Amino acid sequence: MGIGIAVGAYGLSFGAAAITAGLSTVQACALSLLLFTGASQFALVGVLGAGGSAVAAVAGALLLGTRNTLYAVRLSSLVPVRGPRRVVAAQLTIDESTAIATAAPDGLAATGFWVTGISVYVLWNLATLLGALGAARLGDPGVLGLDAAVPAAFLALLAPQVRDRQRLAVAVAGALVALLAVPLTPAGVPVLLAGLAVVPLLVRR
Amino acid sequence: MIWAAVLAASLGCFLLKLLGWSVPASWLERERLQRAAVLLPVPLLAGLVVVQAFAGDRELVVDARAAGLGVGVVLVLLRAPFLLVVVAAAATAALLRAAG
Repeated sequence: MGIGIAVGAYGLSFGAAAITAGLSTVQACALSLLLFTGASQFALVGVLGAGGSAVAAVAGALLLGTRNTLYAVRLSSLVPVRGPRRVVAAQLTIDESTAIATAAPDGLAATGFWVTGISVYVLWNLATLLGALGAARLGDPGVLGLDAAVPAAFLALLAPQVRDRQRLAVAVAGALVALLAVPLTPAGVPVLLAGLAVVPLLVRR
Repeated sequence: MIWAAVLAASLGCFLLKLLGWSVPASWLERERLQRAAVLLPVPLLAGLVVVQAFAGDRELVVDARAAGLGVGVVLVLLRAPFLLVVVAAAATAALLRAAG
């Protein structure tokens, strides 16, 4: 239930953000149907909206999407799937379905994964459509402050991930790198450079 | 251009998901790989926050978006729900612009 409200709100914001960034309603819906991983979708439209190249936008979306690979590795030991259903399971591999499946009691992981994944998929796509249609009706996004909603949405996504000092330091470093890079590099690149903030942590053991 | 980005990102992110379902579970034991994948969203999202709030055309600008982000920071620290954070940030920027 709590997840449902959060996903609905997030999907509405995504639909509106996509329109604000200059995508059509069909393109916004295509992203939710095909890409179906919230942070990557937001990143893609954020970079495109800022005038970034398609390559930079896709690169940002892919980097954010790498955590789903890790989720899938973990899920594959909990949720038995074979054959073509693996394709469906892959598409439903997201933060929410992984969280429920890994937190579920023994024997309920697979049910938790499928129910959560399918519910979130349906809700996310409906909310995207509503958000996009709503924003498309509204005209100038600046008047309603929709452009200011996008950084706030990223902040709200980031906050639960900053659980300790190390992560706080990585977040601050990423933000500083991105700010320094804005005047020096084309739109979209500052965000990719921010990702380099994890490198020192990987080198030091 | 937009369609190309939409389809390329969709295909790429799907393959990243499928990859995880197709490799042996021993991949999880590669500690550095795991740490990188877990940590990477943190600086990327932080970068997106500041770029979306302060980036102009190859310059940094402080405008109504920054005020909206400030309100968002306060609400996040108060553990407000997602929708409230987003709507309050938008409303702050909209009110500032309306006030001129």
